[in-house]
Amino acid sequence: MILDVKGLDVDYVSAKGAVRAVNDVSFQLRRGEILGVAGESGCGKSTLIMAIMRLLRPPAALTGGEVWLHPRDGEPVDLAARTDRELRTLRWRRIAVVLQSAMDALNPVARLSAQFADVLKAHGYRDAGKRTAELLEMVGISPDRARSYPHEMSGGMRQRAMIALALACDPELVVMDEPTTAVDVVMQRQILSQILQLRDRLGFSVVFVTHDLSLLVELADRIAVMYAGRIVEIGEAAGIYADPKHPYTKGLRDSFPPLRAPVTKLSGIPGTPPALRDLPPGCAFEPRCARRFGDCAERRPELLPVGGGLAACHLHDRERAHV
Amino acid sequence: MSDIPILAAEDVTKHFESRDGVGRHVTVRAVENVTLRLHRGRIAALVGESGSGKTTLARLLAQFYPVTSGRILLRGEPVTGPDRRFAGEVQLVFQDPFASLNSLRRVEHNLRRALKLHAHPAGDEHVRELLGKVNLTPEAEFARKLPHELSGGQRQRVAIARALAVRPSVLLGDEPISMLDVSIRLDVLNLLARLRDEEGLALLYITHDIASARYLSDDVFVMYAGQMVEGGPAESVIQEPKHPYTRLLVDSSPDPERAAGSSAFTAAEKLGEPPSLVDPPPGCRFHPRCPFARDECRTEFPPRTEFPDGGWTNCWLHVTRPEDTPTP
Ligand SMILES: Nc1ncnc2c1ncn2[C@@H]1O[C@H](COP(=O)(O)OP(=O)(O)O)[C@@H](O)[C@H]1O
Ligand SMILES: Nc1ncnc2c1ncn2[C@@H]1O[C@H](COP(=O)(O)OP(=O)(O)O)[C@@H](O)[C@H]1O
Ligand code: SF4
Ligand SMILES: [Mg+2]
Ligand SMILES: [Mg+2]
Repeated sequence: MILDVKGLDVDYVSAKGAVRAVNDVSFQLRRGEILGVAGESGCGKSTLIMAIMRLLRPPAALTGGEVWLHPRDGEPVDLAARTDRELRTLRWRRIAVVLQSAMDALNPVARLSAQFADVLKAHGYRDAGKRTAELLEMVGISPDRARSYPHEMSGGMRQRAMIALALACDPELVVMDEPTTAVDVVMQRQILSQILQLRDRLGFSVVFVTHDLSLLVELADRIAVMYAGRIVEIGEAAGIYADPKHPYTKGLRDSFPPLRAPVTKLSGIPGTPPALRDLPPGCAFEPRCARRFGDCAERRPELLPVGGGLAACHLHDRERAHV
Repeated sequence: MSDIPILAAEDVTKHFESRDGVGRHVTVRAVENVTLRLHRGRIAALVGESGSGKTTLARLLAQFYPVTSGRILLRGEPVTGPDRRFAGEVQLVFQDPFASLNSLRRVEHNLRRALKLHAHPAGDEHVRELLGKVNLTPEAEFARKLPHELSGGQRQRVAIARALAVRPSVLLGDEPISMLDVSIRLDVLNLLARLRDEEGLALLYITHDIASARYLSDDVFVMYAGQMVEGGPAESVIQEPKHPYTRLLVDSSPDPERAAGSSAFTAAEKLGEPPSLVDPPPGCRFHPRCPFARDECRTEFPPRTEFPDGGWTNCWLHVTRPEDTPTP
């Protein structure tokens, strides 16, 4: 195991009070595993990533939970309990991040080589030039592009450069927030196959956030589905797709028309996610759920084992009672 | 499909005069020699990577700017400019619904204004009828809302209602769902399908989401680097792509059902990127990325090959030259 997140809470604090954007989130990540996190916009994916990386800034505040990192060598550390200074020794070397707007995060007036050198030198790499060339090559960028300025590169190339930079100090865990959302399908495919190959070669673990569940089925080993700040289902990728246990997961899956299978009329998920400020007391998905019954609206379902994974839905109360 | 297309681009070219990174004058060959015909009651999808010229073609069709060469025909008649009559027939729906809405005014004001502009009756009942057409019910409630009080999907449906207010016969959708949450994309696609089926609209659906193009459209057209390289019935173009670029697009699309390693392209990790439109490669513009490229691909643009199912492509792989055919 590389990461063990326990009961993570993140609030956005304002004059009107606090809004919980990440609510009691727990999951574990195995070494070398790719965990996909999916859900509609506003469900808390980016907030979760920022909390794990300890990059939250006001009005966001980490209000509860633990984020245990289990390094290859050395003692486990609770990232949630460390000071910013202590975190500095862990970032880049142990954990690295590729943000949603990474493509635009490069300094526009510095050559790629200078930006790589900054990071590499700060972490004791002596031959930054050689390492930069190696890193660019890993993501399919010709090393002579190191002399380029960001504006001389396509969006897809900038995004790959950011992935290369995240890998600069050979981290054990890389978290990525929608790294392919702004590029088109061909570039997306290239980036995804590079992530898979590099993971196999270098052995890092990945938390990969996206709104596109269809893409995760091909990429991830396991998938967590978030709704209104909580994980509502988590399990093996193939199982999540073939046999979703939560009606929301099923709704998301059926929101993607098939590429090959016969076309039938699909309808997506009716309605919109609830406002986090006034969540229903029961299941947050209840107002949109076609299978709601009994006291779904009053009693909140816990994230409990069903099949090979976990799901938070009362539909499974009965089969659990029999086990 | 022998009837006259409602709106057609015939052999159109659009060049933009622009400046490059160091200020030199350049010509961007955004669209070259493209023909696209839109028919009543049919949806044509236009797919291709970003920068391939899709938006430029839609804007030429909408008379946003003049063609460099070629013709735009409305019901067979050459169009000379964006006059009132043309705008009454052809409407564009943008990726960002805010682009066509006045965000300071209520939904009803936005719709009423479009109705009046085209001299249609603009009473409350007409506003409500429009909202009903795009499934925004209760209509009276939505009429009173400001654009920012709506969800993204609802806002896009208001933008579509606004386009419908002029009673167009053609709707050009430039990535109309790409900014929407996945869960509500189908809602907008189903609405477009209903407008085709019930109102007989001719629709252009621009996207790079191949699965949604297959879901919605009757025909699919594929652009690469400013040129149209394949077209035909949706199912045949997507299930049996003839052009290697179409195949690359389809193989690159997310597909949960795909067996691992079943693509000709996934093995090659350096698929490159589309070429510059200032100085595009000679011959077939796809040849630098094409695993099947041969000599003629590098020098000469391939002629069009037509197939029995109505599909066609411009690719040397499908060209049988007279000298290749054995004489009986
Ligand atoms: N700066 C902010 N101030 C207040 N609330 C915010 C802020 N950023 C995000 N939120 C809230 O947190 C929720 C989760 O946001 P986010 O993590 O960005 O979701 P996702 O990445 O899944 O789209 C949103 O629904 C929003 O209500
Ligand atoms: N007004 C313009 N001036 C100069 N170049 C333009 C202009 N509009 C589009 N282009 C160029 O034309 C090409 C095609 O762009 P576009 O039609 O937007 O493609 P797509 O919609 O397929 O992404 C691109 O190289 C783009 O940079
Ligand atoms: S708990 Fe009830 S309302 Fe919630 S997803 Fe399950 S069936 Fe639907
Ligand atoms: Mg986000
Ligand atoms: Mg475009």
